[in-house]
Amino acid sequence: MGASRRTMIVAAAVGMAVAVAPAAGLAQQSATGSSGPAVAGAGATFPAPLYERWIAAYKAERGAAVTYQSVGSGEGVKRFLAGTVDFGASDEVLSAADAAKVPGGAVAVPVTAGMIVLAYNLPGLGGALKLPRDVYVGIFAGTVTRWDDPRIKAANPDLKLPPRDIALVTRRDSSGTTAAFTRHLAAADPAWRSAGLVAGKMVSWPGRAMLAAGNEGVAARIKMSEGSIGYVEYGFAKRLGLPVAALQNRSGSVVAPSAEAAQLALSARSGQTGELEASVVDPTAANAYPIVSYSWLFLYREPRDAAKGRAARDFVAWGLGQQGQALARELGYVPLTADIVSLGRDALGALSQ
Amino acid sequence: MSDHPFALAAPRGAVSQAPSGPEYIVDRGFRALAWFAAALILVLVAYIVWKIGGQAMPAIRDYHLDFLTGSSWNVQEKRFGILPAIWGTLYSSLLALTLGGFFGLTVAIFLTQGFLPARLAFLFRLIVEMLAAIPSVVFGLWGIFVVIPAIRPAANWLNETLGFIPFFGTSLSGPGLLPAAIVLAIMVLPTVAAISQDALNAVPYRTKEAAFGMGATKWEVILKVMVPTAAGGIFSAMVLGFGRALGETMALAMLIGNSNQLTLSLFAPAETLAALLASHFPEAGPVEVEALMYAALVLLAITLLVNIAGIGLLTITQRKISGKA
Repeated sequence: MGASRRTMIVAAAVGMAVAVAPAAGLAQQSATGSSGPAVAGAGATFPAPLYERWIAAYKAERGAAVTYQSVGSGEGVKRFLAGTVDFGASDEVLSAADAAKVPGGAVAVPVTAGMIVLAYNLPGLGGALKLPRDVYVGIFAGTVTRWDDPRIKAANPDLKLPPRDIALVTRRDSSGTTAAFTRHLAAADPAWRSAGLVAGKMVSWPGRAMLAAGNEGVAARIKMSEGSIGYVEYGFAKRLGLPVAALQNRSGSVVAPSAEAAQLALSARSGQTGELEASVVDPTAANAYPIVSYSWLFLYREPRDAAKGRAARDFVAWGLGQQGQALARELGYVPLTADIVSLGRDALGALSQ
Repeated sequence: MSDHPFALAAPRGAVSQAPSGPEYIVDRGFRALAWFAAALILVLVAYIVWKIGGQAMPAIRDYHLDFLTGSSWNVQEKRFGILPAIWGTLYSSLLALTLGGFFGLTVAIFLTQGFLPARLAFLFRLIVEMLAAIPSVVFGLWGIFVVIPAIRPAANWLNETLGFIPFFGTSLSGPGLLPAAIVLAIMVLPTVAAISQDALNAVPYRTKEAAFGMGATKWEVILKVMVPTAAGGIFSAMVLGFGRALGETMALAMLIGNSNQLTLSLFAPAETLAALLASHFPEAGPVEVEALMYAALVLLAITLLVNIAGIGLLTITQRKISGKA
């Protein structure tokens, strides 16, 4: 109990800090690298642990300073458009309308991918939870409200499901994780749309849902609430030791999240960065994990400060490289396949030198 | 020494003198300072209301009173309603006051009516007042790690056996109304206890002696003489406690569950106005900020109304008591 309790305290403290610290990013580090100007980025919380590792490894290798503020995808896009960062980050590709607002234009580079998992807190369950498509859509649409619902029981005959209400935990802030998750829910089962819900960075969740800020906030809230379920990037659930549900994919098999199962989802892709996102909404491969999202970094075609622009580009190129992708696997993200990496390199090559 | 007995206190020649120049200046200066400080407070309050009201103006124009009766908070569709938050604020504060008020008054009786030696009572009083010095965030963490696990089994048992009663209509998963109200009760307890003690201490000793003299028992004296006589002060302690509960933010943001729903269930997550403000403000865009300012104005208005109602009731009860006497 001791260790798990400690992680719980840390998780709660982190969650609170994120919830309370103004997103204005008070934690702006004074970054004075030995070579090159300090590059600042902000955005998605989903890949933030990976970017922080990248930044540390990149600094050790090249001595260049990069800072990243994990403020959520919506805020990341907002700051990128306002020009207050050198690169932006989001789990949703920059829309054409937003890209047009950037003077000189912008490029979006897919740098990593991750699984969105349904993490839950059900003590004494006695096994891993399996959720059919209509059930997990129903849970988040608010139509399945009890753990002892016959449909959940039917899918998990061996588990001790408690006679309790399902406590939903969802995101409050504008989030790319929410966007990717709800795009999948909308594609997976008509129950989502018939509940009057749409896909997007912010969603009118059922009123019962507890709202938390950031992936870390959701994970911390699940950890402290028995009978809860919520959606987070895989690494956040792994770090807090939260169990995750195996989900039924489009071809009908029930798949637990793993790097291999997620890479199967990425392999079905079309030729353009803009279409990548649509290609993973509901993967067709037989053993693919169903909810996968790319995470993007945005760069200016004509950066205000040319030296910083170059430094930001070099950092992104490094992340796409072997070391960057190896770190992704280590932290529970999905390394990109070779053809998607080359797609990213093409996008970087198009930047003015 | 001088032959005059007050020689030291009144130096020769100073007694009947008109105020000297410097004394006059000090008097005037102090008077001006007091006026200035008093006016500054009023100006500050007016400025805060004006500033918040000004920023809330666009939202007030757009949403009118629908804002108070709506129950969804959707930034993308620009629909804002704070009925669940208003309900949650009043419900959690009322629960907290019921619990905290009862225990606060009990503590006050225990410490003032001769149950303890004076020194021990003084020590206890200090300890109760120290509760007020604990930071809100510590109360929040304590609620998460101690209160929630402690009450969860009982709450879920109540839900399973008496779930048909709306108050026990849902199971308790983690953060929710009851844990929030319990922690809030402990936070208002020092306020209620301290002011109630002052009120009980202010009752003249002769009143008590007279009651004893007429053959009343100890409990008759306490419940039928002391408490009713001090009712005015005890009541204002409750009002102040309620005011504190309405505005409490950090602990509630951690414990209430941040869930935008209208519910009677004690175990369901809910939302309060202060928690809504604290949790939405960091990421709010311009439109949402206006709506949040409107919500802040509503919270100010509720607090003001509660205080006015409290003062009103206080004067009525006092008039009644003194009328009977």
